[in-house]
Amino acid sequence: MAEKNRAPRLGNSADGVSSLLASLTCILMGLVIGFLALLILGWITLAQDGNTVSFGEMLGKTWNSGFKAILSGGFYKTANAMGMGVRTEILQAAPLIMTGLSVAFAFKTGLFNIGAAGQYTVGAYFALFGAIVLKLPWWACLLASAIGGAIWGAIPGFFKAYLNVNEVITAIMFNWIGLYGVNTLIYQGGSGPMYNTNTTKTYTIKQVSPDSLLPTFNIPIGDKGYFGKMFLPTIGIFIAIAVAVLIWVVLNKTVFGYELKACGFNKNAAKYAGINDRKNIILSMTIAGALAGLGAGLFYLSGSKEWEPLVSTSLPATGFNGISVALLASSNPIGCIFSAIFISHITVGGGFMDAGIFPSEVSSIISGVVIYLCAFSLLFRSGIRKFFAREPKKAAGKGKEADA
Amino acid sequence: MWLLLKYTLLYASVLALVALGGMFSERSGIINIALEGIMVIGGLMGVVAINLFNAAGIPVVLGVILTILISGAAGMLYSSLLAFSAVNLKADQTIGGTALNLLATALAVVIAKRINGSDSPKISYNSTTNKVLSNLNFSFQIGPLTLNWFIVVALAALVAAWFILYRTRFGMRLMACGEHPQAADSVGINVYKMRWCGVLISGLLGGIGGMAYIVPAVGDWNFEIGVAGMGFLALAVMIFGQWKPAGIAAAALFFAVFRAMANIFDSIGFLNALNWPKEIYNMMPFLASMVVLAFTSKKSRAPKAEGVPYDKGSR
Repeated sequence: MAEKNRAPRLGNSADGVSSLLASLTCILMGLVIGFLALLILGWITLAQDGNTVSFGEMLGKTWNSGFKAILSGGFYKTANAMGMGVRTEILQAAPLIMTGLSVAFAFKTGLFNIGAAGQYTVGAYFALFGAIVLKLPWWACLLASAIGGAIWGAIPGFFKAYLNVNEVITAIMFNWIGLYGVNTLIYQGGSGPMYNTNTTKTYTIKQVSPDSLLPTFNIPIGDKGYFGKMFLPTIGIFIAIAVAVLIWVVLNKTVFGYELKACGFNKNAAKYAGINDRKNIILSMTIAGALAGLGAGLFYLSGSKEWEPLVSTSLPATGFNGISVALLASSNPIGCIFSAIFISHITVGGGFMDAGIFPSEVSSIISGVVIYLCAFSLLFRSGIRKFFAREPKKAAGKGKEADA
Repeated sequence: MWLLLKYTLLYASVLALVALGGMFSERSGIINIALEGIMVIGGLMGVVAINLFNAAGIPVVLGVILTILISGAAGMLYSSLLAFSAVNLKADQTIGGTALNLLATALAVVIAKRINGSDSPKISYNSTTNKVLSNLNFSFQIGPLTLNWFIVVALAALVAAWFILYRTRFGMRLMACGEHPQAADSVGINVYKMRWCGVLISGLLGGIGGMAYIVPAVGDWNFEIGVAGMGFLALAVMIFGQWKPAGIAAAALFFAVFRAMANIFDSIGFLNALNWPKEIYNMMPFLASMVVLAFTSKKSRAPKAEGVPYDKGSR
């Protein structure tokens, strides 16, 4: 009896551990490939100059002016073009947690939300509109950004539920429609109410409506505090963490979350149990969209960047990085917090490399490789699980022998 | 009007090439959402080859043929990453494809920056920088109409695709693997091999399609924007064309008209008079594809087994 009770619990903990180990394997392999990419880039540069260098020297250069920065740039107190390392990491982690949650939430309900980038874009527009035009307080602007994302997320849900169009295709199309739409609405031929013709960006929130900026915090170390006085991290990171916990509770501890998950697990069985699958598909996508939109609010209401309608010709990377965040976390909302911090860490670190030799996009290569590996991490996971399962099996075998 | 025709044919050839690639992949049972990334890699390698051959000073005709082949080969090589994960490792095809799309843009930017030796991801291949082989060599004139060689390639690919799919043993087997791989396997068809072939053909056509999008239209390309959603539009073209070569040709022309308007709306009298911003025209092909998909998806005839990894041991 005791053995029977222990078996499922063992299985569950091994499941969590194997997911974690699989993710760590993905990260490790991604980093190794990133290091190799840097090594090749460094070798090309040195070869161009016509120097002959030993392999050891090259390794040293790659490490010192490239890879070390990727690994530790997010901890730097020094600043580069993006700002102080630690502050930037905290700043970028908050929206990444949100887009990661958006993708993870959809995954849990059986949908692939590749549209986080578009929902993020529309959320950014709503947040900026609330701040610059309506001059609302920050919490109202955040609410607006979530509503914007929710609208953009509901569309693919509707197309899937009622018109049988795959949510991936709809979301991709609406990513671009959202991007071009937001650019048009902000620019309006140069006469948009949010568009500052002098800077060719939207107005800075700090000047137009300081109440719309997220509150900041500081760590009381030293006489000016850890982050100094000029640029402080916002409370966005705490909001994101709180939302992650909330999503975990909704998915795991409520009937509503259970219904959504059941729908994703087996649509027909859910239908048979009396769950309205169409309603649930639309609801899932709406919530996923709201999460991504809120992420944009957390980023743009920090006042560290303005929207540039004339040069924003590609979709925001934060949206797509959300996919890496969710996959690394095996769609666990709490896991998303850590994987988002990791992705933010290597992205910020990439900016600290010697840009003359190593383009900062090497960190995008690393996160791309990580998702590619995550796509078949099931393989790692079952391998790790087998490794863990070895001992219980032996025990079971022994039990049989005893019976005989 | 000649200008509208020029750009319509240009984009139609791009969309047809890439959509045909997607068709081969999906007919074999693999969803190829990585077409966007394959286009980026194909386009990048094509452009790099143009500049290399320009520096080497090889004959123009040979240069044109070789660069097109190189872009196709690069696309094939890149698509093998998808085939490996989707066929051999039975990974989730949509996620694998998405990863390859992200990776392609990152790789392209890093390579472009390294080639420039600066922080600019823009590569030039126009007639002012390139004296021997430039983007102009890929176009030719018939009367007032400018055409390019990729239109010829696309037409050849359409005819070949129709022939291969419906008139050869290979094509029939490929389609069988996309509809019912277990049945195909039971009569001795190697499903893994056929799916690899489907994905590799999509890589070839996608790579050439990427170059067809980048090279004839402009003289320099900023690789930061990838191919601006063209690969995804090609997916819509494939669905609208119902996974059939003739349908794809018609759908490609339909979408190309919308895409072409974004380039030349200011030189057409009545469109210019509307005074709409350029972004509206950029948006139009995507909106059109959604409207079309909304009306056609209910009776869509997608290959039955697409997206499902084939496992010999399962039943």
